[in-house]
Amino acid sequence: MGYNPEKPMEGRISDLGPPHYEQFHPPVIKANKGKWLYHEIIQPGILMHKSETGDEVYSVRVGCARLVSVEYIREVCEIADKHCDGFLRFTTRNNIEFMVDSKDKVQPLLDTLATYGNGTKYPVGGTGAGLTNIVHTQGWVHCHTPATDASGVVKAVMDELFDYFGSHTLPAQVRVALACCLNMCGAVHASDIAILGVHRKPPMIDHKRITGVCELPLAIASCPLGAVKPTKVEVEGKEIKSVKVTVERCMFCGNCYTMCPAMPMADPEGDGIAILVGGKVSNRISQPKFSKMVIPFLPNTPPRWPETVQAVKKILETYAEGANKYERLGDWAERIGWEKFFEKCDIPFTEKSIDDYRLAYDTWRTSTQFKYTSHIK
Amino acid sequence: MAKHETPLLDQLETGPWPSFVTDIKKQAETKPECWDILGILELSYKDRITHWKHGGIVGVFGYGGGIVGRYADVPEQFPGVEHFHTIRVAQPASKYYSTDNLRQLMALWEKHGSGMTNFHGSTGDIILLGTRTENLEPFFWDLTHDMGQDLGGSGSNLRTPANCLGLSRCEWSCYDTEEVCHHLTIHYQDEIHRPAFPYKFKFKFSGCPNDCVAAIARSDVSVIGTWKDEIKIDQAAVKEYVAGNYPANGGAHSGRDWGPFDLQKEVIDLCPTECMWLEGDELKIDDTECTRCMHCINVMPRALRPGDEKGATILVGAKAPILDGAQFSTLLVPFMKIEKENDFEELIDFIEKIWDYWMEEGKNRERVGETMQRVGLPNFIKIMELEPIPQMIKEPRSNPYVFWKEEEVEGGFDRDIDEFRARHQA
Repeated sequence: MGYNPEKPMEGRISDLGPPHYEQFHPPVIKANKGKWLYHEIIQPGILMHKSETGDEVYSVRVGCARLVSVEYIREVCEIADKHCDGFLRFTTRNNIEFMVDSKDKVQPLLDTLATYGNGTKYPVGGTGAGLTNIVHTQGWVHCHTPATDASGVVKAVMDELFDYFGSHTLPAQVRVALACCLNMCGAVHASDIAILGVHRKPPMIDHKRITGVCELPLAIASCPLGAVKPTKVEVEGKEIKSVKVTVERCMFCGNCYTMCPAMPMADPEGDGIAILVGGKVSNRISQPKFSKMVIPFLPNTPPRWPETVQAVKKILETYAEGANKYERLGDWAERIGWEKFFEKCDIPFTEKSIDDYRLAYDTWRTSTQFKYTSHIK
Repeated sequence: MAKHETPLLDQLETGPWPSFVTDIKKQAETKPECWDILGILELSYKDRITHWKHGGIVGVFGYGGGIVGRYADVPEQFPGVEHFHTIRVAQPASKYYSTDNLRQLMALWEKHGSGMTNFHGSTGDIILLGTRTENLEPFFWDLTHDMGQDLGGSGSNLRTPANCLGLSRCEWSCYDTEEVCHHLTIHYQDEIHRPAFPYKFKFKFSGCPNDCVAAIARSDVSVIGTWKDEIKIDQAAVKEYVAGNYPANGGAHSGRDWGPFDLQKEVIDLCPTECMWLEGDELKIDDTECTRCMHCINVMPRALRPGDEKGATILVGAKAPILDGAQFSTLLVPFMKIEKENDFEELIDFIEKIWDYWMEEGKNRERVGETMQRVGLPNFIKIMELEPIPQMIKEPRSNPYVFWKEEEVEGGFDRDIDEFRARHQA
């Protein structure tokens, strides 16, 4: 049996959708759904949820690289079989949760986790007022439009900030996210700290290929600033229809390359990383807010991106020192004022942090209220 | 496929965080094409640029989504990743798994693919990373026939919906996120698999305003749990928090000495609407002033709980910055019951009203949030047959440029200039 290429439509099944979630609930979850009373984080990385039935579930949260192998998932399954009745779950932020139904089962699980790799292959943490896993995109391992790598940058940043993953020493939770280009598959635009791959060179035009691979009107329409225009060029003695780019109008968003493979943008010197900070999703205390660009460019320096790692660390630790309990990074920056934020974090302020795109005026200061910082000479 | 020298990637095998490089190397022992994944990635680390070609349309018969085509631009050097297509497998709601299920899927992927995965992709699917075109149909056959599972969405269609774990393991969830997510995912299989939209469309379901799946930032229809009646207070438990017997915020700040818990400073003074106070040692809340931000409940989960009359706020139009800038979803329905009893009829009607309009009027690659900006919120509200209410805005407009309609103005727009001039010399 199996697929028969001679008769591709014979016996085909489609539109099944995902399996029903209930068959994957651990017994203690199934028995107590909708009955949970409260939770406590008994130590970093370990949540205890108490049910009105008296049941408890202990969830041990473990950091995961997201880019993982079949062998890794099988190892995770072995752990879940040994300790968790053969069930587990993944979180939105790419952590794994191993769940057990009594407190005395927690330590044996932790002991097992500690036996792998050098003891931190399954790092326990990612809860409370700490740093949880960095959600991220594909980068150079799979994507055709990235301006930086994803998994490598995340590994480098998490190595440096590892202690914050397994502890509760920050004023509030800090959500770091990475997207490897402006398409933002990682939706980093509402993160406490966002690491964003950016391009800085306009697209090249591959006139020799454009006729075969590109619908010119779509390429022209793809540019939000009208920088892509129709033109005629000569290729091997023949005049063909192509496009040109008004470079002064290009904001390097890369949307033209998404629509037209004959307009590649990526470049070793042109590409790098921007840092945006102060976004949040939760409605807690203050309303959701976007991340703001504070560092417009850091170079791509594989394999460990030291400039990016140090920038993220400096921002995180300056926030940790200055913010009040419960205060998210963006709320702290707004309270002290962005001029103070740049000063405290030792980030040079440039015109690149001043918005000149749509709705830019909303971000300009139209008040006499400001603080005197080193920026005022 | 031969092993390649990877001096740059090897440097990512040190340090405490789990190493994807070590993992890929281990997988390469049984799946030699993984050496070529490392090889091409090492080349990118050296060249500081991607080595994947643009696009490539591949898929399984009958579907227009679920598989992302990918080819190496240096196939001679790395034949094992010449084709490196991604398969998106729809994840179960809440991302709980049995090990049996995962093992079965891993066996299929070992057979048909590279052996590398993402748990999970940004939208929520299981990502199976890298296979050849000729493996797609055999994989899909086995996935559907042997496992009863299916692909997720990609392209201009409904993307695989996602939810927070909701009632399954959270005391704050105001509706059954996993049930509605599963129900709508099954209900809209056609929309997930066959692109018919102007652009992508996402639903996300969060059980409370903490919004753990980032619905308000990432989904075209954001369904975020809320309640209508009063926050439930257990005064005895409040006293336990004040006495320091229960850990504030569930113990989230345990790693640092912030001093003893201070109810006034940490809860009452941080309430954004200042609707809480103490009478003696009783905590009081004026629920008519409360905007349900969750802070007090987050800080004292044993003392405070969402009310009993639960449902969700529906917001529309979030997206990442491409192209006109990032948007959060805009509140359109302050409170909707999310009930399985009527198969979520009210929510489905709401969604389809958006689609009916957007599929007609949306431009190519225009997210519905951008359509809303283009036609304006007042028009969009009319299209959605909603009454305008102040909850839809942060503040009233500060310019006077109202698009008055002729029928709204006494006497209409049709006037006679000669009659006007008879009374007003030019």
